[in-house]
Amino acid sequence: MSRDAGRLSLILLFAPFALWIGLLIILPQIGIGYISLREKVGINEYEFGFKNYADFAQAAVYRNTLFRTAWISILVTMLALVLGFPISYYIAKIARERSRAALFLMCLIPLWVSDLVRAYGWIVLLRETGVVSTALVSMGVINEPIEMLYNDVTVIIGLVYTVILFMIVPLVSTMQGMDDSLLEAGFNLGGSRLTVFRRIVVPYAMPGIVAGCIIVFMITAGSYLTPVLLGGKNSSWFTEQIYNQFITRYNWEAGATFGVLLLLFTSLVVWLGLRLTGQSLATTVAKDT
Amino acid sequence: MQGSNHLLWIYRVYVGLFFLYLVAPLLAAGAFAFNDSTFPSLPWRGFTLDWFISDTEPKLGLLNDEPLLRGMWNSFYIGMIVAALSVAAGTCNAFLFVRKDFPFKSAFYVLMVVPLVIPGVILGISILVLASMIANFADSQFGLFMTWLRPGVPLIVLGQFSFLTTITSLVIAARLQKFDISLEEAALNLGASRLRVLTTVTLPFLFPALFSAFIVAFLVSFENFNTTLMLVGSDAPLTITMYDRMVKVGSTPVLNAVSVVLMVGSGLLALLSVVAQRSPKPD
Repeated sequence: MSRDAGRLSLILLFAPFALWIGLLIILPQIGIGYISLREKVGINEYEFGFKNYADFAQAAVYRNTLFRTAWISILVTMLALVLGFPISYYIAKIARERSRAALFLMCLIPLWVSDLVRAYGWIVLLRETGVVSTALVSMGVINEPIEMLYNDVTVIIGLVYTVILFMIVPLVSTMQGMDDSLLEAGFNLGGSRLTVFRRIVVPYAMPGIVAGCIIVFMITAGSYLTPVLLGGKNSSWFTEQIYNQFITRYNWEAGATFGVLLLLFTSLVVWLGLRLTGQSLATTVAKDT
Repeated sequence: MQGSNHLLWIYRVYVGLFFLYLVAPLLAAGAFAFNDSTFPSLPWRGFTLDWFISDTEPKLGLLNDEPLLRGMWNSFYIGMIVAALSVAAGTCNAFLFVRKDFPFKSAFYVLMVVPLVIPGVILGISILVLASMIANFADSQFGLFMTWLRPGVPLIVLGQFSFLTTITSLVIAARLQKFDISLEEAALNLGASRLRVLTTVTLPFLFPALFSAFIVAFLVSFENFNTTLMLVGSDAPLTITMYDRMVKVGSTPVLNAVSVVLMVGSGLLALLSVVAQRSPKPD
């Protein structure tokens, strides 16, 4: 192939990539950055500055919503890791060859079901007239139906449910590569279970842990349906605020400011996570998809 | 390991409970589609298919529920368009990153992955903002009314395309990497043209990945809510219609019926994509 033809095909292949990333990712982000910096002073009159950000910093309601979203997201990520790790280890190392594939597939089933259906299933189970409450009443455990929706615990249970598969998939695929002889060597050298786990299993699974945590954190912080449907009117979730500003109040300046803040915050957490563990985005997130 | 039998049993019970946690809400969402009652809750009043086929209120079945059917059709054709576009773009990206060398390649690769880590709500509002800015500019400067830049199906397609292309690119690139380049060289040496090599050697090899990328993109598009919510106009796809119904009417068993259709449909499609990835062994 001549060099010109190679050049031409490179340009032809690069063009769709550049259009996609440029027009649908980079320019729109610049767009919300731009809107977030302008302040409406009259009809079609704008001033530029950080007024919207200052407004955000002064309004306790919005600030607290961001903090709340942040700490619940971190909590959900931790829970997903702690609850998902034993399951992943079981699938990757303990289950027999044949049941392994079946278990893994079973894990993936809810992944294919819409968020909406999953949240709806929790509503059917947990509301006042729902399955759990009715069953408990008829068994005589409680006297009258109780409302289990619209509180933080339910929101967290629902969020962990929505995201835990994104933790299990990278963990299983990382740990499947681990040679059993590594574990045996650890035990033969006199390591206790805890030592082997801490010194061999965890370091080996680290890329999977980082990938899982990043994906889970991003999905949780950006989730909308689960907190709104299971948390009800007072869920105060940050993406809900963005929606309210944009669609309900038509205050695009404030909405864009919130959007930029959410993006900055999640990027910061992801960057910190990558820095602390010495991984990169290309080797963690991209690998398992 | 001595004395670990006990622990192993506790471990197994935990795994069992975990799978119960996984299927419980899905079972609940599915089972009450068949309960002969106007509320999706206990007690069980007998098996019925009314919530699928009945044509009279108050138990209007899914097949006669005009808004839900329209939502399903909208989701279907949006999904087909988005899947086709993102597989096409993903194929180009795969060739670009697997076959070509160019300056700042690894930086561009990170850019390609970035859409996956931007929250869907943000992708939605940012595309809404940019499209409106362009439309307002065209309106005020040239008096052009670019209605397709206002919330509606074209924007939904663009919004979903923006992150699905990352997924399709990664799926297709993974398979292209396994391709033995000497197969192409052999075909070229035997006198085949570049185009012919592409259509008779390379693309058939890629087909399983193209197929499953298409199905994954279609499914994710069909189920997408966050990005779509920000870009939706008058033609709402199914997830938005369902959500509206849930908020305005509350839960009714017809939503359970939709859930059953969605679960069965996506289950079958997912299975199809797994089979397609596996069946023709590359080596």
